[in-house]
Amino acid sequence: MQFMLLFSRQGKLRLQKWYVPLSDKEKKKITRELVQTVLARKPKMCSFLEWRDLKIVYKRYASLYFCCAIEDQDNELITLEIIHRYVELLDKYFGSVCELDIIFNFEKAYFILDEFLLGGEAQETSKKNVLKAIEQADLLQENLDFQIRLLPGMISGLLTVESVAVSVPVALVINLIPSERGFILHVLSFWSLDQTKTKLI
Amino acid sequence: MPAVSKGDGMRGLAVFISDIRNCKSKEAEIKRINKELANIRSKFKGDKALDGYSKKKYVCKLLFIFLLGHDIDFGHMEAVNLLSSNKYTEKQIGYLFISVLVNSNSELIRLINNAIKNDLSSRNPTFMCLALHCIANVGSREMAEAFAGEIPRILVAGDTMDSVKQSAALCLLRLYKTSPDLVLMGEWTSRVVHLLNDQHMGVVTAAISLITCLSQKNPDEFKTCVSLAVSRLSRIVSSASTDLQDYTYYFVPAPWLSCKLLRLLQCYPPPEDGAVKGRLVECLETILNKAQEPPKSKKVQHSNAKNAILFEAISLIIHYDSEPNLLVRACNQLGQFLQHRETNLRYLALESMCTLASSEFSHEAVKTHIETVINALKTERDVSVRQRAADLLYAMCDRSNAKQIVAEMLSYLETADYSIREEMVLKVAILAEKYAVDYSWYVDTILNLIRIAGDYVSEEVWYRVIQIVINRDDVQGYAAKTVFEALQAPACHENMVKVGGYILGEFGNLIAGDPRSSPLVQFNLLHSKFHLCSVPTRALLLSAYIKFINLFPETKSTIQEVLRSDSQIRNSDVELQQRAVEYLKLSSIASTDVLATVLEEMPPFPERESSILAKLKKKKGPGAVSVNELEEGKREGGELNGGGERGGDNSAIATSNASTPSPSADLLGLRAGPPVTAAAPSAGSLLVDVFSEAGVNDDGFLRDLEPPTESSDSLLAEGPGDSDSAPPSVVSEDPAPPLPESNELLNKFVCKNNGVLFENQLLQIGIKSEYRQNLGRMYLFYGNKTSVQFVTFSTTVTCPGELQSQLNVQSKPVEPLIEGGAQVQQVINIECLTDFSDAPLLNIKFRYGGALQNLTLKLPVTINKFFQPTEMASHDFFQRWKQLSLPQQEAQKIFKANHAMDTEVLKAKLLGLGMALLENVDPNPENFVCAGVIQTKAQQVGSLLRLEPKRASSDVPINRAQQ
Repeated sequence: MQFMLLFSRQGKLRLQKWYVPLSDKEKKKITRELVQTVLARKPKMCSFLEWRDLKIVYKRYASLYFCCAIEDQDNELITLEIIHRYVELLDKYFGSVCELDIIFNFEKAYFILDEFLLGGEAQETSKKNVLKAIEQADLLQENLDFQIRLLPGMISGLLTVESVAVSVPVALVINLIPSERGFILHVLSFWSLDQTKTKLI
Repeated sequence: MPAVSKGDGMRGLAVFISDIRNCKSKEAEIKRINKELANIRSKFKGDKALDGYSKKKYVCKLLFIFLLGHDIDFGHMEAVNLLSSNKYTEKQIGYLFISVLVNSNSELIRLINNAIKNDLSSRNPTFMCLALHCIANVGSREMAEAFAGEIPRILVAGDTMDSVKQSAALCLLRLYKTSPDLVLMGEWTSRVVHLLNDQHMGVVTAAISLITCLSQKNPDEFKTCVSLAVSRLSRIVSSASTDLQDYTYYFVPAPWLSCKLLRLLQCYPPPEDGAVKGRLVECLETILNKAQEPPKSKKVQHSNAKNAILFEAISLIIHYDSEPNLLVRACNQLGQFLQHRETNLRYLALESMCTLASSEFSHEAVKTHIETVINALKTERDVSVRQRAADLLYAMCDRSNAKQIVAEMLSYLETADYSIREEMVLKVAILAEKYAVDYSWYVDTILNLIRIAGDYVSEEVWYRVIQIVINRDDVQGYAAKTVFEALQAPACHENMVKVGGYILGEFGNLIAGDPRSSPLVQFNLLHSKFHLCSVPTRALLLSAYIKFINLFPETKSTIQEVLRSDSQIRNSDVELQQRAVEYLKLSSIASTDVLATVLEEMPPFPERESSILAKLKKKKGPGAVSVNELEEGKREGGELNGGGERGGDNSAIATSNASTPSPSADLLGLRAGPPVTAAAPSAGSLLVDVFSEAGVNDDGFLRDLEPPTESSDSLLAEGPGDSDSAPPSVVSEDPAPPLPESNELLNKFVCKNNGVLFENQLLQIGIKSEYRQNLGRMYLFYGNKTSVQFVTFSTTVTCPGELQSQLNVQSKPVEPLIEGGAQVQQVINIECLTDFSDAPLLNIKFRYGGALQNLTLKLPVTINKFFQPTEMASHDFFQRWKQLSLPQQEAQKIFKANHAMDTEVLKAKLLGLGMALLENVDPNPENFVCAGVIQTKAQQVGSLLRLEPKRASSDVPINRAQQ
């Protein structure tokens, strides 16, 4: 894998990971171009596209797009599942992850990614092992410092206060079956334009 | 900032992020960020030492600001400080900052490397992993230098923790990718390979990526991995879905590892060991069987993981290309996917089938799916899927289904997405040509192509159809008729007008018998389009008109009238105006014979690699056209090119092949090469025979139609300005030796007698010379360009070495004083005693403002100055040519033209050389032949010369015989 980008439906970059050396200028150019290309695609289109001499594999989870660039001989489907496993890892760690968790705890999102993928290759595919590594580190922190680790969930709590109206529909969505989710989310957007609090999975 | 307690885990950061999110505008955001940056800067610079927590928080804020897309130019030092903190999260944030914002500052790199070294030797696995992650993320050469030796040891050490091994393996992979020369596996090789046997699945998963990469570069050293990989794969494939616990993903055992194993095997040929191979084939069969089993879960993750393995297995089967049974099964499986409801699977099946189509075992099986693929092309809603379908149709096309596929692609083209039209057009054009059994079908197809997607028909495509029509006389009448009909459409594409103009100009006579397409009707039809066309097309049409005058004398007055009209003869475009003027003149003064010769039908084009194919390759890379085909194309192209040359200089030929076609090369330029008859294209190579390099000036035929008398005079009288256009290497026996600058000056005068010999800030030397028989007189004009006088001005002419006995040179003394701005003249008499190859030297000395000026030049006296032109008839010429058969009587040189070849310029140069340019002597009108006698006192040497310009390759081979 050459790089992974997470960006919102509004085109805001939430996480970027580059596994090939590129200048900042190139990175910005690639990001701009790719965000535009992917956002322009319709929901039912296939998750793969050719871009320059790379293959792009992307998937949308609620308000966030996960987008990976792989080389010609790499496997598209397994890359799609790399994305999914990463989402699962985030979900498990944050407890029902939403975009906001990734915004406020971006460093954690990076740490989890590093445990899962290194140098663009899968390092550890077992969910249990990855989370164990992260939690061990968190534990290490607590023991060393006697700090109360900020539960990631608290952040979402904090923000629910900002706009109470949203917390109710968000709770609703979790219980919906996936095929109907698109529709419900649509309704939801009438209440709140901010989808960053929508659970990714 | 209010003081924050330690307990709340970087609340300041959360507040900052909230603030940024609440910013209503970009300006507000920038303002907030600048405020924060100022704050952080003051904290870092402040006297009070910051505690670790604050440092961590501020570094993290900087990181956040950077990730928002702003530049960060400080904080690196604080981040490096965090690396040596013994608090894990501080260290972690430090490493993250370094990983994201690497700085090549050498001072910092040294500090970072020190911190990493400490962590690597800490024996604390969490710290070790952090350090390894950092190396893997940065992957710089400095880090490779520092750690490439250490990491393999960590990787294979018995007491290393599994998680550290995993990080070490991938860290090494990253270093190997950036600095392969620094990562030497050597003694570790076999222990690394044996990581494939590791108990821990995670270790195998990580290690296999490293092994795959190393195997690609050093397959021999790592080939023991094949049997290990096969047995590992076999164990996974045959395991029940629960055996592998957490490595089972949605009921699929270890999908990532399986894919990586299958990928590793693709670095090698099929295993030679029968048992290993049997086991592998069994695995592949099991994978294919599992695809038929009902899914264990309805989740898309289950089917994706399962199919990921399946596609990787199919890739391996295609890579081996040796098991017909497996290939056909793979093809059938992909056939099922072609109709799957998942778009992703349809996409991948189309993509994968493309490679299957090129295998002899599965080509037929792929062809059975043609209807489905055509349907996909018509109905898929996603353009990238349709693109794959078009690729597959192209790949599965052969003689049996070409007509159907081309027809489908043509009809798809009418509604195709703009993004893929040009590529589709190229593909249709290639298939139509490659599988054309009858060329009328080919012509129809291309004309349809222009009609449907004229804007996307590149020059290469329409040049190609013209080249083919010109080369195949059985299709010329049909082409003329079809193009005439196509032009009847009230609105037709400009490309159609170009093709129409060209073809009717050449072959309009073939349909002129029919009163419905009588010459005048043809002309009026073409001319009705004239005003709607761009300048290049108009230029082409003008050329077609002059050709009409030759083909149909009865149209002469009509066409002359058109040419005479103000809109032509006074056109503001120089090219159009010139053509109108010249054609008008040509048509009124030239006799019918001359017209017939000048405007003769185009000779066949030499066969070359298809320019269209070359274009498609360039567009798509090896993906669209198999690499083999591509290389074969290159090779054959080379041979064909070489075949046309008259023996000789291979390296020159090679360079000419390598040269990229200039965009302005001439379609018609191609005709210059001798038609290649030797290489009879077999059916398979038809594709590569078609030429390339036909970038064109559009106008083609007319460049050299102007009567020689018109321009030769003016060309001969070259001013100093264009004197450098003389091809320096025209005279092959030219002297090589010293005085670099003067050699170049000398070359300028090979083909001319007058001009500026030398010029600098002080002095200009003009030259005027005349030769008769073996005698010559040269006038040198020394001009003082300054306002100060030159004193003690003196010149000497010497003949170095053996030239003394070959050339007799006498100079009259020159006045020793040249006033500012004045000019003095010197006369030099030259007598040629015998053959010579060196040039006399002219030494000039004078004082300017007290400083001595001293310079030596070569006088432009070359043997060809003593040529006396000889007229000769064709018969005589070739008889003499053949007589000159001894090796020392012949000199041949192939060289690259430095300038675009223009017939008139060439003629002028040859005349300047001093020989007689013989017209209508060589059967190939493209060649130039000359004859002359070199007059020396001792002897007379008759010389014959033949110049064969090859336009496409811009080589000019010269044959020269001397007696």
